[in-house]
Amino acid sequence: MLDGDSISKPVFVPRSETMTRPLFDRVHEWIVTVDHKKLGLMYIGYGILFLVIAGLEATAMRIQLAVPNNHFVSPQTFNQLFTMHGTTMVFLVGMPLLFGFANYFVPLMIGARDMAFPRLNAWSFWMSALGGIILYFSFIGGGGLYGAGAAPDVGWFAYAPLTAKAFSPGHSTDYWTIGLLVSGFGSIGTALNIVTTVLCMRCPGMTLNRMPLFVWLNMVMAAMVLIVISPLTAAQIMLLIDRYLGGHFFDTQAGGSAVIWMHFFWIFGHPEVYVLIIPGFAIASEIIPVFSRKPIFGYAIMVAATLSIGFLSLGVWAHHMFTIGMTSYSNAFFTATTMAIGVPTGIKIFNWLGTMWGGKLRFTVPMMFCVAFLFQFLIAGLTGIMLSASPFDWQLGNSYFVVAHFHYVLIGGLVFTIFAALYYWFPKVSGRMFNETLGKWHFWLFLIGFHLTFDFMHIPGVLGMPRRIYTYEAGRGWEVWNLIISIGVIFQIAGILCWVVNFLWSYFKGKPAGNDPWDAWTLEWSTSSPPPDYNFATIPVVRSRRPLWDLKHPEDPDWKYE
Amino acid sequence: MAATTIGVPQNEMPLGHELRGRVGMWCLIAAESAIFSIFVVAYLYYAGKSLSGPTPREVLEIPIFISIALFSSSFTIVRAERAIERGNAKLFAGWWFATIALGAFFVLGTAREWYTLIYEHGLTISSSLFGTTFYSLVGLHLSHVLIGLTGLSIVMVFALFGKVKQEHAERIGVFALYWHFVDAVWVVVLTVVYVIAR
Repeated sequence: MLDGDSISKPVFVPRSETMTRPLFDRVHEWIVTVDHKKLGLMYIGYGILFLVIAGLEATAMRIQLAVPNNHFVSPQTFNQLFTMHGTTMVFLVGMPLLFGFANYFVPLMIGARDMAFPRLNAWSFWMSALGGIILYFSFIGGGGLYGAGAAPDVGWFAYAPLTAKAFSPGHSTDYWTIGLLVSGFGSIGTALNIVTTVLCMRCPGMTLNRMPLFVWLNMVMAAMVLIVISPLTAAQIMLLIDRYLGGHFFDTQAGGSAVIWMHFFWIFGHPEVYVLIIPGFAIASEIIPVFSRKPIFGYAIMVAATLSIGFLSLGVWAHHMFTIGMTSYSNAFFTATTMAIGVPTGIKIFNWLGTMWGGKLRFTVPMMFCVAFLFQFLIAGLTGIMLSASPFDWQLGNSYFVVAHFHYVLIGGLVFTIFAALYYWFPKVSGRMFNETLGKWHFWLFLIGFHLTFDFMHIPGVLGMPRRIYTYEAGRGWEVWNLIISIGVIFQIAGILCWVVNFLWSYFKGKPAGNDPWDAWTLEWSTSSPPPDYNFATIPVVRSRRPLWDLKHPEDPDWKYE
Repeated sequence: MAATTIGVPQNEMPLGHELRGRVGMWCLIAAESAIFSIFVVAYLYYAGKSLSGPTPREVLEIPIFISIALFSSSFTIVRAERAIERGNAKLFAGWWFATIALGAFFVLGTAREWYTLIYEHGLTISSSLFGTTFYSLVGLHLSHVLIGLTGLSIVMVFALFGKVKQEHAERIGVFALYWHFVDAVWVVVLTVVYVIAR
């Protein structure tokens, strides 16, 4: 039974106490740690660091494209910018941030004291960190086409034959390959750890049917990582064989095929999008109920929809290749599967709406980010269904419409939920409340910036502006739109600055948060903020999906109805 | 609390924390299977598409002896597992050594096959598309055998110093799962390379 005794008393450690220890001791503690909370925070910090770097790369690209015939950066640099921006955002921002949240909160939510394999957890983090360092070392050691030091410039999906030795001499492409290979090993390690933790480390009474949706969805994500990162690993091994051992996998002159690289890449690449967005769903599924004061609507259907998204996502990859030219059977198949994935996704949207419907809504900063996510993810899904129709895709494939679509998914969907999560759990992790006003400034500035940039990005796409062009002539009708898109970036940066200031200030000066500032229901809120190293003094026993509700409302507990 | 009369069903956890090693290994096997699948697909897709010789039919012979050796090693490792479960460390060391010997025989047999292919038939990883896909797929499996042999040898060293005891049976079992996987992959590779795409 989860009773009053198993809940930690609010412990408030004054910041000065932790700060007086020697710096070396504190750094050493973090480097050798195997604690899931510290590793989770390191993943999140690592993701935020690269978010800033990749954001600056995007800013440089938008300055370059703000006006026609611009020469802010050279064409070669532009190629490197979009390659590094895409690669960084997917592998060094999205995955580490989501692994960070999973690491920190999955054990807490299932009432465990740590992950199943703490040392593997540390190994995985440091492998990912090494992968990022290898990728960014290319700026110094790449030695590509342009003399000493060059970052990869082959695009984030590195299509053959661009990556062949003849077209990509030097080592810049190899930094891309090896960096991702190494961080991929880290991802497989973490995914394995999450699945095992969820299956084997749950506290008594925490049946699969009572797990918070956050845990369920992260387990589905981790299971997907196991089977979708591996094809990329395999393809990268083949690429290394081609480049260093003289192999012919992607060498058309010896009978190889460049198209097979595309297949292998997108067998990884499309499920990867769901690997990124399912944890976003997981975050929304925790935050929306708490701030609607209602349990999640359609728990079982949410789990089923997530599983079917995971399953269907393995069979849609070639919709990235409609413009390559496939048989009409292939086109029809991949159009149908892609459209089918809209069904479970739509179910989820309706479930979140059903949770909010009739609820007592509290528009705190995390909730505002989640509501914006709902609206934006709907639009992102609709443009996705437009692009899934292969004849439509022949017109707009490789245009700015596609760029707008997937940024709508990954920023409008994923980044908004990540911000929601950062605000929602900041009190738990730091022990302090953030500044609500500054948080709302962040939300509104970022929202305006997002819509200025990505709503208007659809239009030059429809007008024929291809993605990845370095510059464009005046008089094509693209100038105004590109200027608006670039202006949106200023608002987004202003929003991000509000967030950084808010969190730094609140970390030191915010008012104490207590154990459970949001009156929430999952187990992490029963521990002190921040949680002790051992998480739970006594392992809790749960009897329903909302253990803290049962505790707070002994007269009307949930388990009577489940 | 008052309402504890409605008991919590205690048997709802089929997987306890003591099974985490096995679950973790199964996850690793899932990930490895995906890697092998991609290489197998590439092999089948490129079968017969090589622009220069030699062809598989001209140079490949079904490696019967080393395959039997590798498959037998799955049997010997099961015997070793059973021995350590009963706490018989000597018997365990014997069967464990037999497993290593069979694995090593497989590696030596492959080395001999590759030597013939390279020096008599001129088939290398860069000589033709067939060479690239052949050495990659068989080599990927071989690298897994070598990793397995390394692990087996480390355990063997511990066993020789008498450090492997009954309480390690679960961990030995987890490692054996990996070895069984390496064997199972050879069934697929053998069928694909030496039978279907020949």
